[in-house]
Amino acid sequence: MTRVKVDARRLLCPLPVIRVQDRAVEMDPGDEIEAICTDPGAMQDIPAWCRVHGHQILEKRKVENEYLIVVRIGDHHRE
Amino acid sequence: MLAARVILEQGIHVEGINFFTGFCVEGHTHAIRKRDRGRPKRNNSLWTAEQLGIKLHIVDIIEEYKEVLLNPRHGYGANLNPCLDCKIFMVKKAVEWIRNHEFDFIITGEVIGQRPMSQRKDTMPVVAHESGAEDLLLRPLCAKNLPMTKPEREGWVDRERLYDFSGRTRKPQMALAHSFGIEEYAQPAGGCCFLTDEQYSAKLADLWRHLGEKRYEFDDIMLLKVGRHIRPAANYKLIIAREEGEVNFLQGYRKEYPSLKTLSHTGPLALIDGDPSEEQIGQAAAIIARFSKGKMEQRVEVEITSPNGEARILSVKPLSPRELEKEWML
Ligand code: SF4
Repeated sequence: MTRVKVDARRLLCPLPVIRVQDRAVEMDPGDEIEAICTDPGAMQDIPAWCRVHGHQILEKRKVENEYLIVVRIGDHHRE
Repeated sequence: MLAARVILEQGIHVEGINFFTGFCVEGHTHAIRKRDRGRPKRNNSLWTAEQLGIKLHIVDIIEEYKEVLLNPRHGYGANLNPCLDCKIFMVKKAVEWIRNHEFDFIITGEVIGQRPMSQRKDTMPVVAHESGAEDLLLRPLCAKNLPMTKPEREGWVDRERLYDFSGRTRKPQMALAHSFGIEEYAQPAGGCCFLTDEQYSAKLADLWRHLGEKRYEFDDIMLLKVGRHIRPAANYKLIIAREEGEVNFLQGYRKEYPSLKTLSHTGPLALIDGDPSEEQIGQAAAIIARFSKGKMEQRVEVEITSPNGEARILSVKPLSPRELEKEWML
């Protein structure tokens, strides 16, 4: 299992989603992406993107003025 | 949304593509402006994909889009919206995408006569041809009014189960949406793109005029979405936050632009874009003071901070409403 970080600070939606999505292309089922964002919109958009692609949200929380979202790549990724 | 649903009904696998030009309204504006926070914060394309149960791919075309907007071969619409070139470009990108991902054809939700520039009967073939999509581009909502495309000829889709909508009325679409059980059918007419907005286009035109050429960076077009823009002289303009959300957003740019803030009275944060003289900095401070709680006072203290963090304080007399020229307001 690989876990990578995506720094999406100062990016406004939908750019954080795009950064996570583009990173996910290289990843395998079970791998994890930890995204750090400053746009609160990412708290809705990244989970919505995960739902349509069958990925899972492992963690979603506010840390001071930032938002941390951990995504687990779904089993049917690449299908 | 409807076009995708029509094709899904025929048992065909559909995935969505959403292109992000940098001028899209949703998301950003909601994130920035507090007064918009009551509105749904969702990303409309993701929401639509979820309703349809399809995947959605969001493609960043910010850089490539510059050429489309700066030199549109077919010109602009009512404002700085290069709709026809934009459509051609997006379909062209979709052609690349389907080739790379082994998909067979492209659908779009266009309806003949729905929009004045890009959805006329004579521009439909222009989009198909200039994008290189040719007969791989199917418009399920008005296909019956258009020549047969490959997916129809090959029997991949049943032409009989496509539609013949035309004109500006959305009633048939609403009825079809209703028959599919789609209650919330949001398809704004250009309302999702800042380039169709008159005020935004005026600010973009002003930017180009003062740069002396048509060009932009991503930060430029983001800042045009925020605040009150005032240009007292050709060599500089002020971007003044109108509310707390905009203050927070502009804070993020204080390392790139000199900023102004009233100290003696509550007032907004402002950025200076350009290269004002010392005298003009005094003028900028007087303008900011005008937008502060001290606007009726004799003197207001304004702090000017340069991008490297060096700050100094000026004491100025706020500009009177008469002195704040109408033509300065963008
Ligand atoms: S409204 Fe904006 S995004 Fe839509 S076609 Fe016109 S320029 Fe492109």
